[in-house]
Amino acid sequence: MSDPILSVRGLSARIAGQQVVEDVTFDVPATGVTALLGRNGVGKTSTIKGVLGLIERRGEVTFRAGGSAVRLDRLRTHRIVQLGIGYVPEDREVFSKLTVAENLRLAERSSDPRREFVAELFPDLVARSNQLAGTLSGGQQQMLSLGRALINTNTLLLVDEPTKGLAPIIVSEVAAALAEAAKTVPVLLVEQNLQVVRQLATDSIVIEGGRVVHTGPAAQLLDDEDMIRRFLGVHGETTGAGATA
Amino acid sequence: MTRVRSFLSQPLVKWGLAGILVAFLAIVPMLAIDIPGVFPGPTYTPGTLQLLAFSMLIASLALSYHLIFGVAGLLSFGHALYFAIGAYGLGITLRHFGLELLPAIVVTFVAGLFVAAAVGALSLRVTGISFAMVTLAFAQAGSVLVRKNPGKLTGGDEGLALDTTHVPDFFIGVLQTKNLYWLCLGVLVLVFLVTSWFERSRAGHVVAATRENELRVRVIGIRPYFVKLLTFVIGGVLATLVGMAYLLLQSSATQKLVSADFTLTLLVIVVLGGVGYRWGAVIGGIVYTFLDQRLTAFASSDAVSGLPDILRVPLSQPLFILGTLFILVVLFLPGGIAGVGARLSRSRMRADEPRTVLEELT
Amino acid sequence: MSTVILLLITGLGLGALYFLVASGLSLIYGLMGVLNFAHGSFLTLGAFAGWELARRTGADNWLSFVASVLLGAVVGAVFAALTELLLIRRLYERHIEQVLVTVGLALSSVALFDGIWGTDPVYVSGPSWMGGTTDVFGASIPNNRFVLILAAVLVLLGIVLFLKYTRFGLIIRAGVENRSMVTALGIDVRRAFTVVFAIGGAAAGIGGVLAASYYGYVSSSIGGSLLIFAFIVTVIGGLGSLSGAAIAAALVAVLQQFANFYLGGTGDFVVVLLLAVVLLVRPSGLLGSKA
Repeated sequence: MSDPILSVRGLSARIAGQQVVEDVTFDVPATGVTALLGRNGVGKTSTIKGVLGLIERRGEVTFRAGGSAVRLDRLRTHRIVQLGIGYVPEDREVFSKLTVAENLRLAERSSDPRREFVAELFPDLVARSNQLAGTLSGGQQQMLSLGRALINTNTLLLVDEPTKGLAPIIVSEVAAALAEAAKTVPVLLVEQNLQVVRQLATDSIVIEGGRVVHTGPAAQLLDDEDMIRRFLGVHGETTGAGATA
Repeated sequence: MTRVRSFLSQPLVKWGLAGILVAFLAIVPMLAIDIPGVFPGPTYTPGTLQLLAFSMLIASLALSYHLIFGVAGLLSFGHALYFAIGAYGLGITLRHFGLELLPAIVVTFVAGLFVAAAVGALSLRVTGISFAMVTLAFAQAGSVLVRKNPGKLTGGDEGLALDTTHVPDFFIGVLQTKNLYWLCLGVLVLVFLVTSWFERSRAGHVVAATRENELRVRVIGIRPYFVKLLTFVIGGVLATLVGMAYLLLQSSATQKLVSADFTLTLLVIVVLGGVGYRWGAVIGGIVYTFLDQRLTAFASSDAVSGLPDILRVPLSQPLFILGTLFILVVLFLPGGIAGVGARLSRSRMRADEPRTVLEELT
Repeated sequence: MSTVILLLITGLGLGALYFLVASGLSLIYGLMGVLNFAHGSFLTLGAFAGWELARRTGADNWLSFVASVLLGAVVGAVFAALTELLLIRRLYERHIEQVLVTVGLALSSVALFDGIWGTDPVYVSGPSWMGGTTDVFGASIPNNRFVLILAAVLVLLGIVLFLKYTRFGLIIRAGVENRSMVTALGIDVRRAFTVVFAIGGAAAGIGGVLAASYYGYVSSSIGGSLLIFAFIVTVIGGLGSLSGAAIAAALVAVLQQFANFYLGGTGDFVVVLLLAVVLLVRPSGLLGSKA
């Protein structure tokens, strides 16, 4: 097996002095979608933010791209992202007072942005390019947030709960876009909707109480009702917004 | 070494040492200590006593601001207002109302209490920078009021001189400076005791916890508003008290006392001394007063006036040196003077975690 | 009627000054969370620089006046940018310390100005037209009011266009809303910090030269006294909102003028009262986004 694209060793993170992630260790394989799972409030979002340096963190985070290894824990957020790491935050975080076009333009990191690719994935955004992002629906904002990440050519995508609070039809649209993106780039995905996880994920990491408690192929985890109940506190077949078995 | 330290950190020993220090300060007017370059003359001379007394008042005022900024974490830009109420209030009640000293003090104290409660109740409805702005605005209103001189009460630009008709003789005149010195020492001790007592009280713990994490205090079921208001009012009336002693010591109040710059000076003092340290505020106040005084003397000295312009101009401005010093402390010495002292004295001991106050509460 | 017009236009002139200070304060606070107490010093240094130039080139011609305004802008911008690079940047994300550093800078810079230019006001004169008056519906309006209003409108327009059509403008607008997300898009938002400081410093520097012509003198305290009202304007307008600052500047200054004239010189009190009311009814200010 090839080297992981991202290695996290003993990552701890704090928000306002409170420990939220403690000694987390895991790898993200260089291909496929790795799902980062766990109940609400166990530190999944904080792990991602810690990797990006958006919150105070300690520990080793190594990023391997193009044959060289870079220690992310020594870099500031903007440098980390410039290495080719796309980020889709929880709650979308679009700039509500900027137009759709401005949100996308702001995110362009290279002189050769993939505007057509984003336009094909989300035709709705093209139609609304002069609309203020704050006036978009939740689903449209999510597409804009994804579009901001996908307009660049990335070597890794960090995607945090992209289907949270969305209607089922939008969920499948978002999932399809992610599946399309994942063809060319590895993804670390935080996701509560197990239907989406089942559809996209190749590998899985489970966090509990700020620590990693399980890693392995996604299918193996999803087929184990007992593990799902224990780690995620839900029945695999009944979770997710309107998902049915 | 550690045994010495643990001995020194016992409460009884600490208070004992503080008592000895106060007793020493009390007999200073009888002694002839002369530190050239620091004191203008031996300690029994009125000039030196005046300066020492003044520095103790500034230290007391800094302590009262420490309660609001250091303990409660409230960035007030209007603390000078309550000090000015003390100085002007006493001056006005003595001169225009013709009250005796004691009733005048009571009336002024009540005025300070009332204004602090009213302004605090209003401004604490907002937080952070907005709070700073509202307190600044109210102090500014006070400053305008003093300058406008309504009913010729405040004396406007001229300032307000102390009317000595109802002031006991032992507080009047250069020869009585030692009595004023003792008064100021008494004020410092009183303010220090009140501040210590408040910080140890339940309200003090709650307000310190609020500074660290307001949400968690709310979760415990305490409304932080009232403890913050209490702290604000106590800090305010202590400043009023110091203001009254200031009028007696300096014999006049000027509009400089109510200026925004004066509050900023207090902020500088507390930060120089070390935010959150009671002793820091005291030391900061004293160091600042002496620096200010000595730098002024230094600025007009021959050593400076002989320098080329590029050195002479900045060095002849005490505030330039103090401001620059302040910037350097903020940049390179977080914790100020007291912070350095604390780090040195417990370099190998466990640092006091201020966050433990929350655990005490829960 | 002519009194009302005089008060209105004079108020707008004063409001223009407030805006020139408040616009920078508001942008800086909005993007960085820093309340900049040194902003008054940017203004004062701009005013002195403008005066120095005018007195060397002969104050009574328009060319020298325009040049001194431009010099004021450049000096203010350079001072502000250096402040950000040398002092503010070292204290990244430590807002209280950042405020404290600007307090220290305000104190020491004013003292330095005292040392260089003395504590007495320095009287200035400009082109003779500026000292004259123009009749507007029967009211004799001092001409410098029109220059002030024009300058403020141009600065407002300039900043709006900059924010709307440049990459830095885009970054600043986004950063005011959500700074950490801007960095998460791979943008070094700190470069935008220097830019907003420079813009704010330039506006303040222009304000300094014009304030000197409004008051007829320059002194080291000119910035500090305007700063307090600019703070009030910034808070009433809503921290971080440029249009809020513009509206509040006009509102505060006009109200101040009218109260001074009709309510026995109570302008400053009315302004403080307005601030208290606005904060209690609408803590985020007139156009502030978040409470």
